[in-house]
Amino acid sequence: MLHLVLFCIFGGLCLGAAINLLLQTHPINSALSLIVVMGSLALIYLLMGAEFVSIVQLIIYAGAIMVLFVFVIMLLNAGKEERLPASKIMPILGAVGMISGSAAGIYVLTCDPHTSARISLGQLPGPADQVGRLLFRDFLLPFEVTSVLILIAIMGAVVLARRGEQ
Amino acid sequence: MNLYLWSIPLLPLTGAAINGLFGRRFSNKLVATVALFFTAASFGMAICAASRLLGSNMLSIIELHGTWFRAGTLTVEYGFLLDHLSLVMMLVVTGVGFLIHVYSVAYMSHEGGYYRYFCYLNLFMFFMLTLVLANNYLLMFVGWEGVGLASYLLIGFFFVKDSAANAGKKAFITNRVGDFGFLIALFLLIQHFGSVQYHNVFARISQMPVEAHAGLLTAIGLLMLVGACGKSAQIPLYVWLPDAMEGPTPVSALIHAATMVTAGVYMVCRSNAVFSRAPIALLAVAIIGALTAFFAATIGITQTDIKRVLAYSTVSQLGYMFMAAGVAAYSAAIFHLMTHAFFKALLFLAAGSVIHGIGGEQDMRKMGGLRKYMPITFWTMLIATIAISGIPPLAGFYSKDEILWQAFSSPHGHWIFWLIGAVTAFMTSFYMFRLIFMTFTGDYRGAHGEAQVGHAAHTDTAHGQVADKEHAAHTHAVPMDAHGHGDPHESPWLMLAPLCLLAALSICGGWIGIGGRFERFLEPVMRPPQVETAARFDTSVLANDQQRRMIAMMQAAQSDEAGQMPTAGEAKHENEHAKGTEEALMFISVVIAFAGLGLAYLLYVKRRDLPAKIATSLNGLYTTVLNKYYVDEIYGAAVIQPIIRFSTSALWKGVDVGLIDGTVNGSAHATQDASQVLRQQQSGSIRSYAAWVAAGAGFVVLYMIWTGIR
Amino acid sequence: MIPLNYYLVLSAILFACGVVGFLIKRNIITIFMSIELMLNAVNLSFVAFATARGVLSGHIFVFFVMVVAAAEAAVGLAIIISVFRTRETLNVDRVNLLKL
Repeated sequence: MLHLVLFCIFGGLCLGAAINLLLQTHPINSALSLIVVMGSLALIYLLMGAEFVSIVQLIIYAGAIMVLFVFVIMLLNAGKEERLPASKIMPILGAVGMISGSAAGIYVLTCDPHTSARISLGQLPGPADQVGRLLFRDFLLPFEVTSVLILIAIMGAVVLARRGEQ
Repeated sequence: MNLYLWSIPLLPLTGAAINGLFGRRFSNKLVATVALFFTAASFGMAICAASRLLGSNMLSIIELHGTWFRAGTLTVEYGFLLDHLSLVMMLVVTGVGFLIHVYSVAYMSHEGGYYRYFCYLNLFMFFMLTLVLANNYLLMFVGWEGVGLASYLLIGFFFVKDSAANAGKKAFITNRVGDFGFLIALFLLIQHFGSVQYHNVFARISQMPVEAHAGLLTAIGLLMLVGACGKSAQIPLYVWLPDAMEGPTPVSALIHAATMVTAGVYMVCRSNAVFSRAPIALLAVAIIGALTAFFAATIGITQTDIKRVLAYSTVSQLGYMFMAAGVAAYSAAIFHLMTHAFFKALLFLAAGSVIHGIGGEQDMRKMGGLRKYMPITFWTMLIATIAISGIPPLAGFYSKDEILWQAFSSPHGHWIFWLIGAVTAFMTSFYMFRLIFMTFTGDYRGAHGEAQVGHAAHTDTAHGQVADKEHAAHTHAVPMDAHGHGDPHESPWLMLAPLCLLAALSICGGWIGIGGRFERFLEPVMRPPQVETAARFDTSVLANDQQRRMIAMMQAAQSDEAGQMPTAGEAKHENEHAKGTEEALMFISVVIAFAGLGLAYLLYVKRRDLPAKIATSLNGLYTTVLNKYYVDEIYGAAVIQPIIRFSTSALWKGVDVGLIDGTVNGSAHATQDASQVLRQQQSGSIRSYAAWVAAGAGFVVLYMIWTGIR
Repeated sequence: MIPLNYYLVLSAILFACGVVGFLIKRNIITIFMSIELMLNAVNLSFVAFATARGVLSGHIFVFFVMVVAAAEAAVGLAIIISVFRTRETLNVDRVNLLKL
């Protein structure tokens, strides 16, 4: 019961923020909405007992990536989106798209009978130290590769954002 | 007994190949030597083969050299047949051909393209010999088409002249119209008899009854007649022969007098089995022959170009041969073919000598009095004229008289044919002697030394005021030599020797026909094959056993022939009363010949003013005849212009440009338009790319849902 | 105890939001944020399935997705900055020099 209530609250918060992201015209508002989405998602992870993932989500996603987004929005001084004649029908199109897209997605994800399994509150599959073991033993190669990936991304970002040969 | 028949056509072909491929670098002497050598060799082989055939007791010899092709049940071989008919034709072609080659050596010595001329001439000999020596209709057709090709090449020899090129085209196209009929006849033969070999076809035809009304054989006969009309210049396909005089004179002599135009007559006589059983077709042959003879003779009276007169004379004499074939007197037709080859070739060569002697002039109104300048030419041409007029004892008398007698007395003949023939003989005698008198007697009306053309025109008394109505085309000059002309002179001996030989043949050539000997000689060919016994066929040169068996089968089939067809010869021998009639008619024809001579003498020697008066008094009629009855103009308006218009509007603009180009261009345009549409996908807008990605992803999802549902 | 389906429904709806935002929005940065939203929705799905099946690999995979998302965000924003420098606009319809 409690599980369901908590899930509805956090789930509703998440959805509301996501829809708000679509409805806002100024990008900074959208960015803040997205931060709310991430936060509520972290809480939902906690509901499922995935502490590691939720903390990592808060730290990296909400704490680093979104900060970067906000930083860039401020840097570029992005203003409101313009109102074009096409903007009138966009909400309608968006609603239609959303409904159909979510319907399709729901159907695909839930048609399998296994998905009627039940999750209990805070149920973490396995001991917590298992995470470390998986990360540094079974998935060591992807781990090392992603570190290289980050290095490359840093270099790429530095090069791309430079002011040209002046 | 191997006669090496294959060598007779192939030797000239070798000569043509050598001259054609390498002749450009040869000197004139070498070209002439090559050409003459191969032609003489062919003539020699022909004489050998002829003497061996006559010396043996066989009536025909067939040589088979392998299969050309097989299509279903039809097998066509490379086969050569030598029987009495092809023997006559072969000797005429090689003999007269060789003499004309000798003549051409001197005649064409100043012209360009010497090697080309002899190459084409040898090529013509090859095709003509293939035509006469073939043992099946398809090989004959190869020769048939080939002589048409050689004729085109040689008529248009001076191809830089528009009129020559057009004349060549006209000849070839008119021939093709005739060939169409011949081809359909061939198809009918293949369809109904399953073979094109003479022996097969004639053996099967000889078992069919005489057709009382139009049937298969009539159709075949009429279609073959169409082909023969095209090749032998009969009505309605004769229009190419007068224009063919654009070619060099030896070409006119060989091709359009002695050999190629006789191919139609040969074909009709070879197919006598067909015609003897199809009286309607036979009647058509006779009518066309008679009409053509009369019609062409009337035109010949008015022409002033020396070669044109001879051209219409050829058409007229060919009409005689067709008339003879049309009354089932096939051997008389071949006899006249032989004698005509002699004196017509002689006439053309002598005319060439005249033209050569006076520096290229062909208009008779500008000639005259050439007798003292060119005596040998005069005497030989006179001999030929006497021969063609039918005055005994020269060659033309025997053959023409035989035709007139058969036209009168044959079971298929009628006295109207005789009457038309007699009137035409009168006209023939008249216009030929007119030619002699205008050319060789009186004063020289042409240019002496340096050309004084105006002077020549005034002394022309023959056709004074009507001269303006002449077509300018009649007086074209052959592009001739550079040697400046003084007075007219005699030709070199290399040109005169063939003239003398042909003159001798014109005198003696008819004597082998006396007493019906020629007819008996050709009788085995002109009857259906049942008369010959098995022993008469020589099968030793057959290629394989299968063909031996085939010949044996044919011989077996012939032995139970039912009924003979009456040929023209039988009627004559039985009737005593006919003898008296024959002699009376003979006397009448001699009188007619002399009457023509007398009238020509009157109009062109004694009273030179009369022709002009007669012409003006018959003004309308005269102009029509002078303009060849406007036949060319009628053909042009009725046939050629509509075809050209149809081709331009429907075939060219409609089909070629509209349909074919349209399809090709249209497919290109369609591709372009399609690509224009597809190109829109590559807009520069990022959001449209995003939309495409999303659409693709959505499609994948839908697919997964769909497979999930199933 | 709630069924797994609930989490999956939420994940699907979030994903649909992300797609719609990606297609509708005209600001480059907002489009980018919609992409992040999509990634988050997928993360939720992973974790939910991992929890339902009782394996921890899902969590590890989410970890890697986040790493990749971070790298992608960094590079993407750098590109946006350089686009802004040349085109002086963040409107994605104006970045159309390749238009025919």
